[in-house]
Amino acid sequence: MAVKFPDESLKRFDEIVRRYPKKEAAMLPVLRLAQEEFGYLSAEAIDYVARIMETPVAHVYGVVTFYTMLNMKPVGRHHIQLCRTLPCALAGAEKISALIKAKLGIGVGETTPDGKFTVSEVECLASCGSGPMMQLNDDYYENLTEAKVAEILEKLK
Amino acid sequence: MEKILLRNIDAPDSHTLAAYRSRGGYRALERALREMSPERLIEEIKASGLRGRGGAGFPTGMKWGFVPKDSPKPKYVVCNADESEPGTFKDRVLIEKDPHAIIEGTIMAAYAIQSHTAFIYIRGEFSFGAKVLEKAIDEAMQAGYLGKNILGSGYDLDIILHRGAGAYICGEETGLLSSLEGGKGWPKVKPPFPATHGLFGCPTVVNNVETLASLPWIIDQGAARYAAIGTEKSKGTKLFSVSGHIRRPGVYEVEMGYPFKRFLEEDCGGVPEGKKLKGVIPGGASMPVLRADEIDGVRMDYESFQAAGTLLGSGGVIVMDESACMVRAAWNIARFFAHESCGQCTPCREGCHWMEKIFRRIEHGEGRKEDLDLVLSVSGNIMGNTICPFGDAAAMPAAAFVKKYREEFEEHIRQKRCVVLAA
Ligand SMILES: Cc1cc2nc3c(=O)[nH]c(=O)nc-3n(C[C@H](O)[C@H](O)[C@H](O)COP(=O)(O)O)c2cc1C
Ligand code: SF4
Ligand code: FES
Repeated sequence: MAVKFPDESLKRFDEIVRRYPKKEAAMLPVLRLAQEEFGYLSAEAIDYVARIMETPVAHVYGVVTFYTMLNMKPVGRHHIQLCRTLPCALAGAEKISALIKAKLGIGVGETTPDGKFTVSEVECLASCGSGPMMQLNDDYYENLTEAKVAEILEKLK
Repeated sequence: MEKILLRNIDAPDSHTLAAYRSRGGYRALERALREMSPERLIEEIKASGLRGRGGAGFPTGMKWGFVPKDSPKPKYVVCNADESEPGTFKDRVLIEKDPHAIIEGTIMAAYAIQSHTAFIYIRGEFSFGAKVLEKAIDEAMQAGYLGKNILGSGYDLDIILHRGAGAYICGEETGLLSSLEGGKGWPKVKPPFPATHGLFGCPTVVNNVETLASLPWIIDQGAARYAAIGTEKSKGTKLFSVSGHIRRPGVYEVEMGYPFKRFLEEDCGGVPEGKKLKGVIPGGASMPVLRADEIDGVRMDYESFQAAGTLLGSGGVIVMDESACMVRAAWNIARFFAHESCGQCTPCREGCHWMEKIFRRIEHGEGRKEDLDLVLSVSGNIMGNTICPFGDAAAMPAAAFVKKYREEFEEHIRQKRCVVLAA
């Protein structure tokens, strides 16, 4: 199936491009839009973005692989991104990580077979005073304890 | 101490235009546009002694002064809201609680260099912050602080909120500009500096969130009042974000020159549970750690931290008590840099991975006698041999951990295990 923005997204695409002094500067917001629309950036989605951005496919690949938030693989409906950097580690992030992996039965970088959860470990999310912390899709969850994490996962299951 | 940066954050609905205006917000901008020429505004900020809060501490007014006045090209201002330095979470507070102070400051900076397009580059993970800023920009536009003919002054400005997509190096100003141009966040060799060759080769000023948020108060209250705060060379107040083994973590506004030990013990409540302080990183993970015995007499300003062998950096204070393993801490930071190196320069790309690997094997009981000198030599090979300061930022803390806690590293190697966490 050929990927293509529906009219609503095409309108947004035009708005985004119009905002910038040069079209090429709109690359990140357009890739984000594509990721929202298609779930992840498949080879077809990347081809499509290259076409509408009027730039070589190789350039788009270079950009997509550079940024951690752009995904070339599908991610679960609930994307858990646990911070692993020093302040959170000092606050006990490793224990939280072990618990999440055990509860979901998957490792870091993996998705549960039902496609519900993906677990990632990420670098500092600028919430170091309230560690351990994680980002669940768009939202921050801070001052995590094992009990709190168990409760969050239970609710989502 | 009178609060400058955190003056609004506890007010109800502090993020709204109404709350900001009721507390004197945008008054300074009105004055600047009515009464001050761009040159005069630059002079005023020079006189205030304000230095950039993004890490390097470069004088803000002087940076603006480098922008050519007669360039036929468009000029740009970029607010650096990429905040990704481990241990740093001060800009996020301003973004979420006082977005109009950032916007007012950004307009002032743009007016000073006569730019008509400004960007706020916010790290991709800050979804909530991006929503708050987007809303605040809309409000400012509706109220006539942005757009055409701002407050009847004839001056036009648009602010574009640009969201990143996850990459620490996009906080480095030339990496940021590459990213904003639509590519990988690859830093560029300086010179030329952004002030003459920035975004799309045009004159560009990049300033940190906290720097810009300081401007409205300075213009409202006058440069002289600001310059009266702090020390001879470090003026005003600075935000410090405190994390790790500390009783009261959080964001603090501190007058430059405040005693560091007193800050940790009294303001932040000291190390919890009667444990002993082992080390503290004062300026984010890129800066060398200080041992507990090195903080006596250190003051919280650029010069004093430098004299102590470290740097103020972003003001990200990471506290470690005696239960922390310094090998593990060094490994954690080295892993961060190995993960975030953009890969353009060989010494940085290879060296960061080497350091990560060596620290990892020492922590896991597989260290070799020659490993410590190896780290120092790898670190030495990175220093000064890279396109951007990321290389030094990775090399300096690694070397500092090894030099300052050498015995602990040697003990790990001798006993072939972690001697701290196992205890
Ligand atoms: C590796 C690296 C990461 C940086 N990250 C940030 C950042 O997240 N936010 C920031 O404001 N400055 C960051 N900087 C500093 C910027 O390059 C630049 O100096 C700063 O934004 C200038 O603003 P200022 O003069 O107001 O401090 C970083 C620098 C380096 C070398
Ligand atoms: S020093 Fe490192 S991060 Fe900076 S340009 Fe070179 S490889 Fe990239
Ligand atoms: S270290 Fe986890 S948010 Fe900063």
